[in-house]
Amino acid sequence: MLSAMLNAIYVLAALALVASFGLAIAARIFAVETDPRIERVEEALPGVNCGACGFPGCSGLAKAIVEEKAGVADCPVGGENTASAVAEIMGLSFAGGGEKMVAMVLCRGDDEVASKRFYYNGVSDCSSAALIFGGDKSCSYGCLGLGTCAGACPFGAIEMLPSGLALIDPEKCTGCTKCVDSCPKGIIKMVPASRTVHILCSSHDKGGVARKACKTACIGCQKCVKAVPEGAIVMDNFLAVINYDMEIPEEVADECPMNTIVVRRQGDLAATSVDMQTAVGGDA
Amino acid sequence: MSKGAFFGGVHPSYNKDMASGQAVIEMPLPKELIVYFSQNLGAPSNPVVKKGDEVKKGQVIGESGGFVSTPVHAPTSGVVKTVENRPSPVGADMIAAVIVPDGLDEWVEGCNVERGSTGLNREKIKGLIHDGGIVGMGGATFPTHVKLSPPPDKKMDTLIINGAECEPYLTADHRVMLEDAESVLDGAALFAGVIDVKNIVIAIEKNKPDAIITMQRAIAGRSGFTVAEMDVIYPQGAEKQLIYAITGRKVPAGGLPMDVGVLVQNVGTAAAAYEMIRYNRPLIQRVVTVTGSGIKHPKNVLARVGTKFSDLIEFCGGVHGDTAKLINGGPMMGIAQHSLDAGMTKGTSGLVLLREDEVGQFVSDPCIRCGNCLDVCPMTLNPSALSIFIERMRFDDAEEYNLMDCIECGCCAYVCPSKRPMVHHFRRAKAEIRNKAKKAG
Repeated sequence: MLSAMLNAIYVLAALALVASFGLAIAARIFAVETDPRIERVEEALPGVNCGACGFPGCSGLAKAIVEEKAGVADCPVGGENTASAVAEIMGLSFAGGGEKMVAMVLCRGDDEVASKRFYYNGVSDCSSAALIFGGDKSCSYGCLGLGTCAGACPFGAIEMLPSGLALIDPEKCTGCTKCVDSCPKGIIKMVPASRTVHILCSSHDKGGVARKACKTACIGCQKCVKAVPEGAIVMDNFLAVINYDMEIPEEVADECPMNTIVVRRQGDLAATSVDMQTAVGGDA
Repeated sequence: MSKGAFFGGVHPSYNKDMASGQAVIEMPLPKELIVYFSQNLGAPSNPVVKKGDEVKKGQVIGESGGFVSTPVHAPTSGVVKTVENRPSPVGADMIAAVIVPDGLDEWVEGCNVERGSTGLNREKIKGLIHDGGIVGMGGATFPTHVKLSPPPDKKMDTLIINGAECEPYLTADHRVMLEDAESVLDGAALFAGVIDVKNIVIAIEKNKPDAIITMQRAIAGRSGFTVAEMDVIYPQGAEKQLIYAITGRKVPAGGLPMDVGVLVQNVGTAAAAYEMIRYNRPLIQRVVTVTGSGIKHPKNVLARVGTKFSDLIEFCGGVHGDTAKLINGGPMMGIAQHSLDAGMTKGTSGLVLLREDEVGQFVSDPCIRCGNCLDVCPMTLNPSALSIFIERMRFDDAEEYNLMDCIECGCCAYVCPSKRPMVHHFRRAKAEIRNKAKKAG
């Protein structure tokens, strides 16, 4: 009995020994040369595999950076810290990139202020809803509020307000632009994180049409255009658009008769969220 | 000749008797017509009229925008009130000419003139069918001249004239066969001449015995024609299903009927083509079935292209108080409408109005993998797996499971116990896949 057990143990031990030598030799002969920097760069990257850089995950970008197919600042999510850490590994200098950009939904027409043309009972997804007459909102440019962008955001930065509007938290937003691509209405735009004045409307409809569809639509009255330095707000086909290259005084928000222009300072998203609901008579 | 079987299919309530006994009535000219410049599948036509222009009946107001495109004609004489985006019955807003009729209904010179048969060769007939703006009137509005232009290496041997009309409620094709059988057959003979086939099959579902008898009488004395009595099952009138049921041939995945030597044309299209070739009358009117329990007097109406839904409904006596839904087309494949201001198109085969107690509001539940949809899918796809892929945004997987072969007949959604909006999922995924292909070049 005992000898049978011992025999088995000896045989297995011998097999293990042979196999381990075999593996050790194979590892030497068939060793694949990898640049050790790839692993270090990958560690320096955020590691969320969001794909915003256009490469298959963070390891894909790390490989591309080491092979010099991508730049050290090509991770749109990591920001300056990541870029300088990667630059250090690569032995390059990072001069500091542009300003941090965050995504913003340029629409504040929730169910309280924007009217609907019909009752939609289809697939709960903006791209699906947009196939049917462009969606249920009377405004053909408005946020459909079904949360396709929130589903696309790898960072949980997008909150779907119960009133039917997407709200992006600029603190959590990393600027990966996934939501920008996911929005069938194309109304999510990248804006500099430091800026406070925004025009939350994307409607190119003429004033009367826009006003009928939504109580907070830009009606193209141009009051804001006249109140700011020339070129800071420009008219694009009945819609006032901010030129983020120029400074804009916060007071311009008071000029807007439709409350389309909002002031959002850093850190007051929660306040804005409540403010938006109370401002339109919602149950905050 | 009795034919029937393709795989799958469903038996919805047909409800055709509401309108099938109603002879076609011509509708008087409405106050305004909304004529979209996109009246066909493929490229829209290019507007050649502007605000304030006077037009005559049959005058070209939109020129063909490519090979897969057809011209659009003024449905009556009058003044172009405006050319602008208007809500359309098929999706997003579309550019349309709003025409205010002058009441004279005067033809433009050259139209409505009887044409002799001299000099009518194949190319000439094809050209005339294009010039007449003839499109598939079963609902898909595919330009007819394109279907009549198979590449020379495709040997055509059968022409099927589709009078199956498997879509519930609709009776427009049924009435055309009863009242205009000779035009249908003459049109069919023209098509057969163009593609050089001798075998012409008129396919009619058995639930239209009067149409079968009428057609059988009409083909007596004509050679090459047969009438096929088709089993009553939805979607019997779908092109690929009809071809299989009649000839036993399978159109390959991603292929066209011409790949198996068959051309399918709707009965209304055949009649419209005959009108154009014989009398030089372009396609400016069609038979529309206005039916359903919601309408006071269901009718088959001969109406001008561009007639507003509100005018059609008014002509049929208006709606009952609890009417809750208006569908452009039949209940299986039609699109529910939100506005009565849209104008009918060349593809509007019917308007179905349903009452509140007939309109269900469903919540989509998760797929329970019962497999009902696999049993009914006439394209033998796996709708269950497709819908689950699409819910998870896995469009590549859906494409690999042959999503693009889906004919959007709605059988899967009809039998789904979880009330999943299958066709809506599929349309969305098809759009995503097409966009991706477009981006990739």
